[in-house]
Amino acid sequence: MLKFTEDHEWLRIEGDVATVGITPYAQEQLGDIVYVELPPPGKTVEKGAAAAVVESVKAASDVYSPITGEVIESNQALVAEPALVNSDPMGRGWFFKIKITQPSQLDALMDEAAYKAKVEAANKAR
Amino acid sequence: MRSPASDADGLKRAPLDALHRERGARMASFAGYEMPIQYPIGVLKEHLHTRELAGLFDVSHMGQIALRLRSGGMAALVTDLESLVPVDVLGLAPGRQRYAFFVNSQGGLIDDLMIANCGDHFLLVVNASRKAADEQLLRSVLSAVCDIELLSDRGLLAVQGPAAESVLTRLSGAAAAMQFMEIRTIVLAGISCIVSRSGYTGEDGFEISVPADEAETLARLLLKHPDLALAGLGARDSLRLEAGLCLYGADLDETTTPAEAGLAWVVQRVRRRGGARAGGFPGADIVLAEFEGQPRRFRVGLRPRERAPVRGGTYLFASISASEPVGHVTSGGYGPSVGAPIGMGYVVREHASPHTQLFAEVRGNRMPVTVAVLPFIPHRYKRS
Repeated sequence: MLKFTEDHEWLRIEGDVATVGITPYAQEQLGDIVYVELPPPGKTVEKGAAAAVVESVKAASDVYSPITGEVIESNQALVAEPALVNSDPMGRGWFFKIKITQPSQLDALMDEAAYKAKVEAANKAR
Repeated sequence: MRSPASDADGLKRAPLDALHRERGARMASFAGYEMPIQYPIGVLKEHLHTRELAGLFDVSHMGQIALRLRSGGMAALVTDLESLVPVDVLGLAPGRQRYAFFVNSQGGLIDDLMIANCGDHFLLVVNASRKAADEQLLRSVLSAVCDIELLSDRGLLAVQGPAAESVLTRLSGAAAAMQFMEIRTIVLAGISCIVSRSGYTGEDGFEISVPADEAETLARLLLKHPDLALAGLGARDSLRLEAGLCLYGADLDETTTPAEAGLAWVVQRVRRRGGARAGGFPGADIVLAEFEGQPRRFRVGLRPRERAPVRGGTYLFASISASEPVGHVTSGGYGPSVGAPIGMGYVVREHASPHTQLFAEVRGNRMPVTVAVLPFIPHRYKRS
């Protein structure tokens, strides 16, 4: 199951684990990614708090944790090759995996159709 | 991910606005203008393309100011201009331009600019964000001898990179003969332009002042050359940072002096102590005294040892545990041609020597940074 946030993060939910990344729209807005900083496994991240950092040539942006939970893995391939965020944002460009502790938090997130509509509206406004 | 909202309302549009949008530029406000930050290929590729071949930059937001004599001959104007800038204006031959700055009474930098001698008038190119302040300053001193005209009806294009000469030569053979910092009127495809061999990327290149209503026609003609690609202000910033060139508002402001900024070379011997026309500009005592001593702090290059870029505003410390900073970063990012993060900043004299190890505080962590020699990428200007 895929879920999306207002801040252009995606979550792929498999059992009690959520994999988190940023959407194609987000990576396009950021431009060429040159650095990522990921939370270490074992760290508890809070919903809405900065959990990772992504830096383009021009600027640094925070990636917010969409839910509360414990980080169980972060994507070391991304640390070595930050451009994976640009080339494969929904796949090899994932950021971290969280153990879901409050499943009810997922209900507030957008499904794929709702997120697509939001991006289309944003693109039209440009 | 959150990024700053963009609000295009109330912004001035550059003469190439339609072309930028057609080419898919991401526009952002810059000193009150809506300007292209990047095109679909992205900052990284635009940067590398400029270093390898050539990039076309729209810098029409910059201020172009003509100083035209009303009476009294060029000599009176030169004298008055030298009372505002610390450079040798008298020795600036027709057809030449020179980098300069305006200084306040405390020796702080009001703006950095180009001054060109166009024979019967001077042409100044100033920063977009400082147009109003500069114009006011010029009027306060020069209105008696000359007409001061902000040329808002002209665009400014920069063609930068090793293929720049080939790009311009297609439209006029006259460009090839020009040397670095030469300026002349050249007709490009029937359009009368003021062309200088200069730029702000560290590469060979040209800056073309063109009537606003013909800017788009000229840009489209230039872009027919296969080696030329549009590049935005994002790439311009990473290129100038690699070249060790200052951005006003980031690396220079009214609290930085020429000596601190490493800009002593801008002031020719004739305007220094002991020179025939020494001083006579605002802040001269402070500015010239600093050239003979050692300023408290210097602008230096910075090389973060790890992969994280260190951005402007970051504090620098002498050790991992020191409580008082010894400097701060004024420009920082990723250098695409360097292939690593780079930056510039001001550091107190005791810690400003090349290879000194410092620590930048990034998101609460102290990260090792080495003081580096500028520029990061050698300049490739066309000099005889």
